[in-house]
Amino acid sequence: MTEKQIKIVAFLCNWCSYGAADLAGVSRMQYSTDIRVIRVPCSGRIDAKLILAAFREGADGVWVSGCHPGECHYLEGNYYARRKFILMGNLMEHMGIDKNRVHFSWISSAEATKFAKVAREVADTIVPMGPNDRFVKKAV
Amino acid sequence: MNTITKNIQELAVSLLRDKTVDIVIGFKSGTVPMSSVPFVAKTTEQARTFIWDTHCRLNLANYLTGRKEKIGIIAKGCDSRNIANHIIENKISREQLHIIGVPCSGMVDKVKIASEFTEEIIEYTEQPDSFVVKTASQTKTLLKKDYLRANCSTCMHPNPVIYDQLAADRVTEPLIENQFADVNRIEALSRDEKWQHFDDLLQDCIRCYACRNACPLCYCPTCFVDESDPQWVGKGTDTTDIRTFHFLRAYHCAGRCTDCGACVEACPMDINVRDFTRKLNKDVFDMYGWEAGLDIKNRPPLDTFNPDDPDEFIK
Ligand code: SF4
Ligand code: SF4
Ligand code: FES
Repeated sequence: MTEKQIKIVAFLCNWCSYGAADLAGVSRMQYSTDIRVIRVPCSGRIDAKLILAAFREGADGVWVSGCHPGECHYLEGNYYARRKFILMGNLMEHMGIDKNRVHFSWISSAEATKFAKVAREVADTIVPMGPNDRFVKKAV
Repeated sequence: MNTITKNIQELAVSLLRDKTVDIVIGFKSGTVPMSSVPFVAKTTEQARTFIWDTHCRLNLANYLTGRKEKIGIIAKGCDSRNIANHIIENKISREQLHIIGVPCSGMVDKVKIASEFTEEIIEYTEQPDSFVVKTASQTKTLLKKDYLRANCSTCMHPNPVIYDQLAADRVTEPLIENQFADVNRIEALSRDEKWQHFDDLLQDCIRCYACRNACPLCYCPTCFVDESDPQWVGKGTDTTDIRTFHFLRAYHCAGRCTDCGACVEACPMDINVRDFTRKLNKDVFDMYGWEAGLDIKNRPPLDTFNPDDPDEFIK
């Protein structure tokens, strides 16, 4: 029996979490292979459209990670993002999407250990939930 | 003719006669009962066809976007809040507007009224607190308070928040306890029941976009539904596409929606699309103490931030 491999789309900010992923890699840290990274310029670039697009194309979970509050490369992007994230997450839950399929974190480029840890946490939450079947565009 | 209609006509006529404004946006009678329609008057004769009744459900702020002339506009509580939104979002300037405010005692729900009859309604006449509805074989008198629209029955801002003149005396602003009972009901459902609730809700949606078109907030030159590269949402009536459209339409109204109900009014399939926006309205109220369009000074919640904003959901 072949099980569908779980796919988690990780939108990582170029200036911090993406660097952390890099550092985790060169430091040979272990974390889940279910994660697919997409580099974004800032967590403030993340829009509900992108998260829904990931689900629509078959992602089973989404993880968004940016710079810590006060450390955004564009100064305020993540503060705005935070307000958008909470509203979009709540609306998803309201419409019947399990909140645990969407994760957010702040990880600086120096925090490779935190990156690997959060990556494991995210995967450990999403993988047992199995494939997502909500907001998926089925081929017609 | 009721007094508000009379006052609106007089004010509009004098604005046009004195050339204070180039046009006045208001309502006139529709071609079928219970369907007052938006109307732009350019002459004093046209201004004499303005009316005011309990079917002025659409939101006139929708017709302001990007206009250049001097405009007179009739505004009930929610229209005035959307006008304030428009000013904040630089879609019109305050100086261009002469706002004739109408303190509002609520609009009635045409779907609920129609559901009382099996035949087509051929006549509707209004009295202060009731109305008489006629079909080919029946005449019934109904009480207005029993047929208010859902959004009007939870409205706490019936008086215009911004105006130059009023066409009637201010009304008392009700204090509604448990303003978001409808949202709480959905929140109390299990996850699968929620999914089902929205599945049922959207079952009849034909993707006509009337809900979007009627909303004053939806003024982008290219809506995300029309973008093709990348294409965020497919064009047909696939259930995922329909849901995606409604999710994003509502989300783009976050912190801006005044719960005017124009979207619901415009829907040909009578879908209560407020079920989406209401959740966001509740959340911005609970988290940021925000109600959209109450003034033209404060920035809307997604256009500002506070370093101490809720953050517990972030790892
Ligand atoms: S989303 Fe609906 S209720 Fe909200 S402002 Fe737009 S038309 Fe009015
Ligand atoms: S107006 Fe009604 S039918 Fe048309 S797109 Fe909106 S919800 Fe669907
Ligand atoms: S640059 Fe990293 S969150 Fe803005």
